Amino acid sequence: MEENSMAEVFNDIKKPENLVYSKSKVLTDNVMHYCPGCSHGVVHRILAEVIEELGVQDKTIGVAPVGCSVLMYNYIDIDWQEAAHGRAPAVGTAINRLWPEKIVFTYQGDGDLAAIGTAETIHACNRGENMIMLFINNGIYGMTGGQMAPTTLKGMKSSTCPFGREPAQDGNPLKITELLAQLPGTSLVTRQAVHTPAAVRKTKKALLKAFENQKQKKGTSVIEVVSTCNSGWKMTPVESNKWMAENMFPFYPLGDFKDE
Amino acid sequence: MSELRLMKGNEAIAEAAIRCGADGYFGYPITPQSEVMETLMTLRPWETTGMVVLQAESEVASINMLYGGAGSGKRVMTSSSSPGISLMQEGLSYMAGAELPCLVANVVRGGPGLGTIQPSQSDYFQSVKGGGHGDYKLIVLAPASVQEMADFVELGFDLAFKYRNPAMILSDGMIGQMMEKVELSPQKERWTNEEIEKMHPWATTGKRPDRERNIITSVELDSEAHETFNNKLQAKYREIEENEVRYELTDVEDADYLIVAYGSSARISAAAIEILREKGIKAGLLRPITLYPFPSKKIKELSGGLKGVLSVEMSSGQMVEDVRLAVEGKVKVEHFGRYGGVVHSPEEVANALEQKLNGGK
Repeated sequence: MEENSMAEVFNDIKKPENLVYSKSKVLTDNVMHYCPGCSHGVVHRILAEVIEELGVQDKTIGVAPVGCSVLMYNYIDIDWQEAAHGRAPAVGTAINRLWPEKIVFTYQGDGDLAAIGTAETIHACNRGENMIMLFINNGIYGMTGGQMAPTTLKGMKSSTCPFGREPAQDGNPLKITELLAQLPGTSLVTRQAVHTPAAVRKTKKALLKAFENQKQKKGTSVIEVVSTCNSGWKMTPVESNKWMAENMFPFYPLGDFKDE
Repeated sequence: MSELRLMKGNEAIAEAAIRCGADGYFGYPITPQSEVMETLMTLRPWETTGMVVLQAESEVASINMLYGGAGSGKRVMTSSSSPGISLMQEGLSYMAGAELPCLVANVVRGGPGLGTIQPSQSDYFQSVKGGGHGDYKLIVLAPASVQEMADFVELGFDLAFKYRNPAMILSDGMIGQMMEKVELSPQKERWTNEEIEKMHPWATTGKRPDRERNIITSVELDSEAHETFNNKLQAKYREIEENEVRYELTDVEDADYLIVAYGSSARISAAAIEILREKGIKAGLLRPITLYPFPSKKIKELSGGLKGVLSVEMSSGQMVEDVRLAVEGKVKVEHFGRYGGVVHSPEEVANALEQKLNGGK
């Protein structure tokens, strides 16, 4: 292609009438600190899109965890509380009870939600707190440098099970989402992923449903997103997506556990 | 309208919380303070003032519920006793770090460990020296009567919000369980959501288009910035030390000996002073009402003309360290106290002063 016609194409693309996609206004311009290939960025984006599309930026309060997403208040332009490790469901409980007209969500990793915060997670769900719990499960502690998580698969290597997780020594991977589906306080319990465009669309649909549930005061909505941590897994982003599909999905099958 | 009632210290906390317009109570049962939540659950304030009351799954959850409530600008409180307060230390550190106001009532029992359910004052260090990790302080109020259990609820909230810092009522199983006459304040209105947004522009009340997003956090990964933040916290504590010292003096004008005692021990020491004065020993009492900030200046000022100071507390000697620091070696300071759940008698306190400071005569 000639240089001139190339420039024409670029100018044409920039015309407002040719705009087909733009970053959500609820996402800030801050550069994300996540590793290339990490699932957090995608989940942040669709979360911001849902908040923008539903017009609830002024009434949504997020509760951030301790983990890689500890600084996520830098990226999504809503009011935030940064909770202690594992305590986001307790923090969210009080906001929900004291400001029942607001929308409250927690965003937690596997160590936060399924290890140190298991009690807070189960009891918030069991009380049916009217909030959304977004659960990022990548089977590893990303922020602290790749230690074993409650959801680390059998045989999967981490810096604290360097020869692979052995149940006799390390215990078993925890399917906490299946467990939460048993509790009467939860209304939507689903497991999704964001490794393909189709999966991203499904996760976004689940999020829209969860926000709708909260408006209707249906109790707790739990959305697990099986995610990659290519740095922790020591793989390229492409290898991570493939490894996740081949190894994580058989143990953590995608789909709805509950939709009431 | 104010109202005269005969009630337990724990019940007074609950009544006062509703009447002062608190927004939420989040707690977990533990002896000897369970009457606080029992009273609230019986009174059902969510049907009258709109105050939320929730039994949490643990003290860890309770204090983090306070984090969420306080972070959104509401007046929230909890109560517990020593082992439960130990579990809350992480949350208190986070709240101090995020500069969140809340009220925590500790009805102290004897430790360490599961210890006993009987009264003690052995949580002094944990309360006034921070308690959790990092450089921070709680504002600590020490009630010596059921009336003060009630009065310090509103005072605690006021101080907590004035300085955006957690406040603690440090009482003990005796004050919590004993019944006394108490004058309860008239019912006050809770803050409206509009008032909260106006008074506490930092609170997470939902990001309006006309303001930046509010972030409640205690994390700062840049060391220089974090030192600057810590300097700000320390400046706040100096301001609290300057403005909020509270104490009560009894018979100090002609005293040769000073007893420093708070809470239950102050009541017992007041009776001990009468015994001593009947014997011709001129003793007086300084009762710290705020344990942090501690009335160090006043103790130092009084110590010049004294023959000795006795710190009386139901512990093996915790507050005595602060009394010694206050007098700067100018006068002999001794400690007396029964502990592990044993409450000392006025006679024991009087004897201790004679033995330790008055040459055992």
